[in-house]
Amino acid sequence: MTSYALFLGCTIPARQPNYELSARKALAKLGIKLVDLDNLTCCCPPPVQSVDLETSLAVAAYNICLAEEANLDLVTLCSGCFESLAMANVMLKSDGELKTKINGILGQAGKEFLGSKEVKHYLQVLMEDVGIDHLRKSVSKPLSGLKVAAFYGCHALRPSEHLKLDDPERPSILEKVIETLGAESVEYRNKLKCCGGLLRGYSDDLALELAREKLANTSKAGADCIATLCPFCFVALDIGQIQIRSQFNEAYDMPVLHYSELLALALGIDPEELELKTHKVKTDKVIGKIR
Amino acid sequence: MGSAKDEKSASLTFPNAVRSRLGGETISLCYQCGTCASSCPVAKITASFNPRELIKLSLLGEKDEVISGDAIWLCCSCYNCQERCPQKVEIADIMYALRNIAFKEGYIPDIYSEFASALLDDGRIVKVSRFMEKRRPSLGLPPLQPTGVDDLRKILSATGFDKLQKKDETS
Repeated sequence: MTSYALFLGCTIPARQPNYELSARKALAKLGIKLVDLDNLTCCCPPPVQSVDLETSLAVAAYNICLAEEANLDLVTLCSGCFESLAMANVMLKSDGELKTKINGILGQAGKEFLGSKEVKHYLQVLMEDVGIDHLRKSVSKPLSGLKVAAFYGCHALRPSEHLKLDDPERPSILEKVIETLGAESVEYRNKLKCCGGLLRGYSDDLALELAREKLANTSKAGADCIATLCPFCFVALDIGQIQIRSQFNEAYDMPVLHYSELLALALGIDPEELELKTHKVKTDKVIGKIR
Repeated sequence: MGSAKDEKSASLTFPNAVRSRLGGETISLCYQCGTCASSCPVAKITASFNPRELIKLSLLGEKDEVISGDAIWLCCSCYNCQERCPQKVEIADIMYALRNIAFKEGYIPDIYSEFASALLDDGRIVKVSRFMEKRRPSLGLPPLQPTGVDDLRKILSATGFDKLQKKDETS
């Protein structure tokens, strides 16, 4: 059994038990053991990088140190966590001067970054550890007839120089794992464009404008649902629809599911166990198609 | 007190200040082609944000206009610009460097100040409520492990991050 230290982050335990439950149950079913380490903190994603980039790197490195001490690679669910941790890991491994500087800071907390571990996105774990064939064989409830709009968001892919998940302009990993579940991945306009999630709270109008475009394009393409990877994209597109309805008088009624939720459903996990009531836009239409 | 002179020296030092910060190193490579602006989802929907323009203003030393303005906070950090820049200018990272300078000088939007305070408080930028924590067993989730907030505070103190926050609180 392959083991990983699970990096849960802040938003998922605070707001999205649907994400955590589906990911934990699906990965366990696929033979991946997740270990919950003590003392992990916020990863310091873009909102903290905006305050101080050097601090963010040091805190990300601190978290990687905890995984190094436990002799485990880290796996992330949230794309914000993936971006900040993978970026710190790659930057510090490749830049000795920066590593020395950050280790000077980490010394205050009794830590030293060694660079001995990997930070992985859970899609990489699916591809590399589980494997696409085993994944296909594990599907007991194929999502046949379900049209899914794959949405990568930004920080699973970019900055690609550090994240190396897939081609930042023509990625295919998410479509591949969607189709492995038996669903159809539908193409739509401006697929790789940002959902506006990080502008929420500073400029809600601009954020909603970007989310609205995403919802319009996926609706037009005939998608039954959008598949997300990031909790911020989920908020922007799911809760965002409630705000868009009141602000623009436009109702999309587009279910937004994390890919892990589609995965859990296809693996035969009972929808009742997945806390689907977390969703503001009902998922009934999607569940109905699967049953 | 010689404000014209101060302004002039600020205009010469600002590009250097950006360049010497983490994230800002590549700003001088920009030749203003505009690939960033044409790749930017935010620039498409508002005239208030244009990454090419912000870099130009920074290189011209227009520090006050750049760091006191709204524009630097309108970048959605999507990194499209950075992926496509033919000069390998790290535009999204430069936005962080500019925001970091703004933060240091006290230009701090409320939402970012909230994130920073939350981080100092309990090690997470989004607080997990007691209600959510208590619900976990009934949902079949393992207990949430404690955050290493004591270690974190040592790191935040070593980088001066905690003081950035204090300055905001007392201003």
